[in-house]
Formats: sequence, structure tokens, C-alpha cells
Amino acid sequence: MNIFVDSAGPLLEALGTTVMMAVIAGVAAIALGTVVTAARISPIPVLRGLAFAYVQFFVNVPLLVLLILAVFALPDAGLLLPLTPTAIIVLALYEAAYVAEAIRSGVNTVGTGQIEASRALGFTLVQSLRLVVVPQALRAAVQPIGNVMIALTMNTALAAAVGVVELTSEANKLNLVEAQPILIFTVAGLIYMALALAIGLGAGRIEKRVAIKR
Amino acid sequence: MASSPTGTSSSTSAGTATAMVQLTDVQKHFGSHHVLKDVSLTIAAREVVVVVGPSGSGKSTLCRCINRLETITSGTIAVDGVDLPAEGRALAKLRAEVGMVFQSFNLFAHRTILDNVTLAPITVLGRSRKDARAEGLALLERVGIADKADHFPAQLSGGQQQRAAIARALAMKPKVMLFDEPTSALDPEMVSEVLDVMTSLAGDGMTMVVVTHEMGFARRAADRVIFMDDGRIVEEDTPANFFDHASSPRAQAFLSKILPH
Repeated sequence: MNIFVDSAGPLLEALGTTVMMAVIAGVAAIALGTVVTAARISPIPVLRGLAFAYVQFFVNVPLLVLLILAVFALPDAGLLLPLTPTAIIVLALYEAAYVAEAIRSGVNTVGTGQIEASRALGFTLVQSLRLVVVPQALRAAVQPIGNVMIALTMNTALAAAVGVVELTSEANKLNLVEAQPILIFTVAGLIYMALALAIGLGAGRIEKRVAIKR
Repeated sequence: MASSPTGTSSSTSAGTATAMVQLTDVQKHFGSHHVLKDVSLTIAAREVVVVVGPSGSGKSTLCRCINRLETITSGTIAVDGVDLPAEGRALAKLRAEVGMVFQSFNLFAHRTILDNVTLAPITVLGRSRKDARAEGLALLERVGIADKADHFPAQLSGGQQQRAAIARALAMKPKVMLFDEPTSALDPEMVSEVLDVMTSLAGDGMTMVVVTHEMGFARRAADRVIFMDDGRIVEEDTPANFFDHASSPRAQAFLSKILPH
């Protein structure tokens, strides 16, 4: 266990980086994903097409490919950002596609009768989305969004491949010195598991709090 | 109902001044299926029209076309002298003046009963929260569920939900009320509590279009019964004439099937 005590500082710092990436990318992904869903269900064909293309692109290209492209190709194109922000932006763009799909599945749970009733009362499209559809859709999407957030947290480990010093990369560095892969990566895995558990419990709590009374 | 027209013979004689709903040569297709055929109908202010007919005859579609929840293929529909506009703000404004009650209630599941009743007056009509709540409570009182104001829709029985839905529509002070099979989804013992509310509404002079299978209600509250079959208006008459001396064979066949029950 000494090996963890001796390198506690760098390990904690790396864990901090992992959490920071997950939180910033997560918040951004939820915001962007909501916008993408709004575009996806809007009555404007161009917006619907763009949102569809966005989701298809990010769902069908591996995250690692996107990270490598962003880290090595963007500087070539003259856009130079530090590694960690680059990885956060790519993660947010990527997971936003999955958030959009989660919210869309929530929208699909809102019955057409709810929308017809709001139209029949004279609500404009924006009013029925804001007051009737979105509040119900988000309630149904809490757990699926939680799952996307868990996947996002796990996916931060891929940033190690492009040189971001987060938990996996720090564990790898420690293993190069200590040569105890089973012990080191088991501990790293347990930490990821704890993060996932915390997100899952949090989502469950929120879901219960906003549930529609039956 | 002194002001109520007889409405028995020519529907065009009602005159434009009192026509609340006017359908002229309406055709409606769902794909290759011709659902409404040459439908022309004039409904006067304060008139209660009950639409009956076998399932698939187009009666629900007719009802849903009047506030443009369904678009029509050709013809015109006017409410209080205004042709139905295309989807947009003008249509939303017109819909605000036409109340609708659905077979499946469609109360907003995430809002309390009182919120359901006040939401549209506050957002669409710009009423103050305080006034809307006072009026909403009065309406809930009228339909007999004031004690359920703070409950959520799923906590109410079907009959209570439908009465809340009627209160929600009335909160907009509509010129016309459309009822699309309002009792068809209800357990039998709850049908009368909803019909009682509708009967009292008819007595107060509300203009109503009611699609229903409740012949007792038609006899009691209707000024005119419209019989539809295969997308056409086959017969229209006063309830007494229709139920006792239906002239068309199709209406006679329909009545012989449902009246014994």
C-alpha cells in the first residue's frame, strides 16, 4: 500500500482532473444536448436535419478517433488549445449527442394527447414545449441522462491516450515505476466505480424528487 | 331556449349573423381513405348539436377539424365568422376561443388540477395568477371537484378527471365547446356525473358540438341530432323526430342496434 501513500499527491491531483473534466463536460453536454433535441423536434426542417446529422456523426465515430483528430489535426489547422480543454470540448460535443437521444426518448413518453390538449387551449408551439412537453420529458429522461453521465466519466479515461494527465494516465505512470499492474489498476477501477455509483445514486434521488405524483 | 333555432330543415337558413360554426363542402382524406365527404353544416350560437353514427363514420374527425387538430383537404370551416387560419399565432388565438374535451381527458399529468385549469388563462389570456385561481376554484366548484384542486390528475377517478377537463376548457370562456366522445373511456357508473355537467352547460346556453354514443343525453339536451355514416351527414333532425321516426334506412339500422341497450 506504500506505493499509493508515496504518490498520493499526484494521484489526487489526477483524480481532480478526472472529476473536473466529467463535471464541465457533463454540464456542457446536457445544455448542448437539450438544444440539439429542441432542434430535432422543431417544425423547421433545416434545424431537424442539422440536429439529426449532429447526432449521427458523433454516435457513429469512435471517441478516441475524435480525440486524436482534435489534438493532432486542429493545431495543424491553426487552432491551438491546451490538451485538457481540448479533451473536455470533444467529450462535451460527443456526449451531447447521447444526451440528445436520452431527452428525445423522454419526449416520446409524452403522449400526443398532452400536446393536443395544449394546442386546443391556444398555446403556441413554444408555450406547449416549455410548459407541457419539456417538463414531462426531462422527468422521464433523468435516469437515461444519468447513464450518459456515467459513460462520460468512464470515457474521460480515453483522454490519457492523447496525453491528458488524469486518473488512468497517472495510474499508468505509477505502474511504469512500480510494476504492479493488478493492484494499481484494480484500485483505479474501484475509484471509477465509486464515481459511477455516486452519479447513479444522485440521478435516482433527482428522479424521485421530480416524479409525477400517481 | 328561446333563442335556439329549430335547425331541422335547411341548415343554410340559419343566417351568417348567428352562425357560430360553419362548415362548407368539407372533404378530408387520410391518405387514400376519404373520411369526410361533402360535409356542410351550420351551427348557430347557443345551439347544442349531438353527432352520432357508427364507429369510423367520421364523427370524431368532424369534431377535431373544427379547431383544426385535423386539417381538411378542401372546403372551408369558419368559427364565429372567421375562417380557420393556418398553423401559427392566429390559429392559436382562435383555438383559445374553442374549448375541447377529449375522450382520454388529456389533463397535464405533471400539474395539479387547479394548475391545469389556470395554466391557459395565465399563459394565453394573460390573466393574473390571483384572478385565474379564484375563477379556477369557482369552476371546479361548479363541476363538483373543488376538494381535488391540489391533487394530481392520476389521483382522480376517470369521471373526476373528465369534469376537471371540462373546467379547464371552460376557464378560457370559449364561444364553442367541442366534446369528442367524452364518456367513452369512463366506467359506466361515472358516465352520468359527466353528462350532468354537460347538460347543465347546455342549459346555460353554451354552443356545443358533442360526439357521443349516449342517446339519453342526445334526447335530453340536444337541439339537433346529426347522423353520420361513411363520412357523410346522412340525416339531421330534432332528437324527438330522429329517435322516433328516422327516415333513412341506415339511421334506422343504427338505431335498432343501439337503442335496445
